[in-house]
Amino acid sequence: MSQAVQAGQKLWGGGKSPYNVEYGKLMMWFFLMSDAFTFGAFLISYGSIRFASNSWPDPNHVFKTFPIVGEMRVPLAFVSLMTFILIMSSVTMVLAVAAGHNNDRKGVMKWMVWTILGGLAFLSCQAWEWTHLYAEGAWWGRNPFMNIDGTQSSTNFTNFFFTITGFHGFHVFSGVIINIIMLIMTWKGTFERRGHYLMIEKAGLYWHFVDLVWVFVFTCFYLL
Amino acid sequence: MSSDTILHGHSDVVTSHDVHLDEHGAHHHKETFITKYIFSQDHKMISKQFLITGMIWAIIGGLMSVIFRLQLGYPDTTFPILEDIFGKWAPGGKISPDFYYALVTMHGTIMVFFVLTGGLSGTFANFLVPLQIGARDMAAPFLNMLSYWAFFTASIIMISSLFLTAGPASGGWTVYPPLSALGDATDGSKAGMDFWIVAMVFFVVSSLLGGLNYITTILNMRTKGMSMVRMPLTIWALLFTAILGVLSFPVLLSGLILLLFDRHAGTSFYLSDIFIASTQKALPNEGGSAILFQHLFWFLGHPEVYIIILPTMGLVSEVMAVNSRKPIFGYRAMVGSLFAICILSLLVWAHHMFVTGMNPFLGSVFTLLTLLIAVPSAIKVFNWLTTLWKGNLRFTPGMLFSIGFVSMFISGGLTGIFLGNSTLDIHLHDTYFNIAHFHLVMGVAAFFGMFAGVYHWFPKMYGRYMNNTMGYIHFWVTMIGAYLIFWPMHYEGLAGMPRRYMDYSNWVSFRQFEDLNRFISTVAIVVFAVQLMFVFNFFYSIFKGRRVTTQNPWGATTLEWTTPIRPGHGNWVSEIPEVHRWAYDYGKDGREFISQAEPVGSNESSGH
Repeated sequence: MSQAVQAGQKLWGGGKSPYNVEYGKLMMWFFLMSDAFTFGAFLISYGSIRFASNSWPDPNHVFKTFPIVGEMRVPLAFVSLMTFILIMSSVTMVLAVAAGHNNDRKGVMKWMVWTILGGLAFLSCQAWEWTHLYAEGAWWGRNPFMNIDGTQSSTNFTNFFFTITGFHGFHVFSGVIINIIMLIMTWKGTFERRGHYLMIEKAGLYWHFVDLVWVFVFTCFYLL
Repeated sequence: MSSDTILHGHSDVVTSHDVHLDEHGAHHHKETFITKYIFSQDHKMISKQFLITGMIWAIIGGLMSVIFRLQLGYPDTTFPILEDIFGKWAPGGKISPDFYYALVTMHGTIMVFFVLTGGLSGTFANFLVPLQIGARDMAAPFLNMLSYWAFFTASIIMISSLFLTAGPASGGWTVYPPLSALGDATDGSKAGMDFWIVAMVFFVVSSLLGGLNYITTILNMRTKGMSMVRMPLTIWALLFTAILGVLSFPVLLSGLILLLFDRHAGTSFYLSDIFIASTQKALPNEGGSAILFQHLFWFLGHPEVYIIILPTMGLVSEVMAVNSRKPIFGYRAMVGSLFAICILSLLVWAHHMFVTGMNPFLGSVFTLLTLLIAVPSAIKVFNWLTTLWKGNLRFTPGMLFSIGFVSMFISGGLTGIFLGNSTLDIHLHDTYFNIAHFHLVMGVAAFFGMFAGVYHWFPKMYGRYMNNTMGYIHFWVTMIGAYLIFWPMHYEGLAGMPRRYMDYSNWVSFRQFEDLNRFISTVAIVVFAVQLMFVFNFFYSIFKGRRVTTQNPWGATTLEWTTPIRPGHGNWVSEIPEVHRWAYDYGKDGREFISQAEPVGSNESSGH
């Protein structure tokens, strides 16, 4: 992949990529920067509204249930599991990219399957959490939870929660679709014929970005 | 395999161009009408698509201003023909208040986004980036095509909104909530507002696809020898424009998504404590902030005006150097000031919000950052003037429009210093002073830069010249007309005359401007008519214009003039030329100009 700069040829002198990457990867990086600004705008909006409010619901109280088991004594257990799943899917993505470097088609397929499963598991968890909250009366424009100081809460707690986790979930969903396409292309031998697995790397960049965004979303909605 | 290579790069990552050669010569594979003119992936065709779509938009947007200028100039007169055309929007031949607001809203939206962003960047980034850096096409021609079609979709949705029963969005082009969030409050916030939001989402997608392409093409696909500091200033300007677009449009997207939820999902992101008079209803919304939207909007909105003006700065620099037969003065300072403007433009958005009740300390910070922009702007102006100084000026229409650009940019820029001051802004905010300022500095100036570009590169686009006589008439009428229209508005604004009113006759203080308003309206109609002449000139010249007979009609140094007169998809028939010098070797060693592709001679004096 990387290629040493020939002696006498300047990195920025034209005729070659200054970052030693092909255009698609560069484009992906700039896209991710753009997407980071979209999420940044959402989270800053959330922050500004929250800090302008007198009080806010306590996430430890809101997110305390676990499927089947019901109410747990350990708050945030379910979301911790979700986070763990998503981070593990990032690990399997790294392994898929590494297998791609070795032109190991079987390996890429194996790890892509795990990554897709991880993404689907995360989405299922989110679906359960949303359904559960909906059953408790929470939705866009409806907020059953009281503020931590016992006063009536505005609906913006749930408004921002559903909008931003929904927007993130949409990103995970697109990522899963992309990963499935990558899996099919690997399976058909497209990348093997091409001689490189760069597309897997680009899908990987997107997937890691979606995970990274989750870390911020998780922090802002569940921890703070 | 080689199409694979184009789409997915090479494992060794050298941006080798020769692989394209076999299939992208001047006359390559057979093309149908559809692949050549409609779903074309050739950057030159996409550029023309953007240009012509932009021109159609400009006519619509300009016509809207003529209609509302009729109202402003002749508030007591009725024009029965308006009722024949617009029906219930102009009962008795006088436009209704709702229609007036719709007109000013759509005029702003169309001109800012669809003409001066889509039409301008879309045209010149697509056309010039590959040609001037020496590439056969954009990095991703397919995404480039999608960029145009997303723009087209946005255009269709926006134009459909004009035909809705309740009318298009009419809360001003900035679509501030709470008005824009509440369909019950006004007709202009009903379905038209949804169309507006959806159209803008497509517009953001188009701008993103285009911008990513321009950035990666400029960084990755420069021909051998085309180092960053040898790039023409057009390319630098388009690079910074694309970066600004990629960073600021997504924030507008977030803001619009939240607005859409406020409109339809019962959320309160921007709403709090609202009572609607028309329905006599108090809304349950609590805890939102309308100011939040203004921050999100202007985080795009301010960089947006630089997205409009930066490409024209590049075009003007290039046209000016070519037609002064002199190197551009202060090339590095030009690049540096473009960079400074690019950074500063992201840090000044709240100067649009001085009267929202923001903390005065914050206001002073934004004042400082705003006034700092005067420094790089002034550097650019001085560099243009010193480029002209003692040059062998050739007054082509393109050159005239470039000089006109500098004039407009100075006149409009100086009033920016007034408006950027948070204390003066309390008086000037939302007056005609503001209207005059931004129309001169980013409306007329940007149009001038765009005209300069069209006149100058028309021979490259269509292999023919535009008619010069019509070009000169176009320039002088537009130049004089623009000053006659906008100069008086400064006085009206200083007297406190507010914008967005359709009739001032009830105010003693503003009634005195009745004659002046009529004068402005008359000039506006004349200037609009002359723009139609430009459109005629443009289309007439495509088919009947004087043919270009030499490869390099302007005697320019840049690479686009080394291609055949009518280049095919792939631009150069044989090898892409290698670059040996910067783009501004004019009048060097007694030679009128030296092409970038010419190797440095052994006796040549040292240069760039």
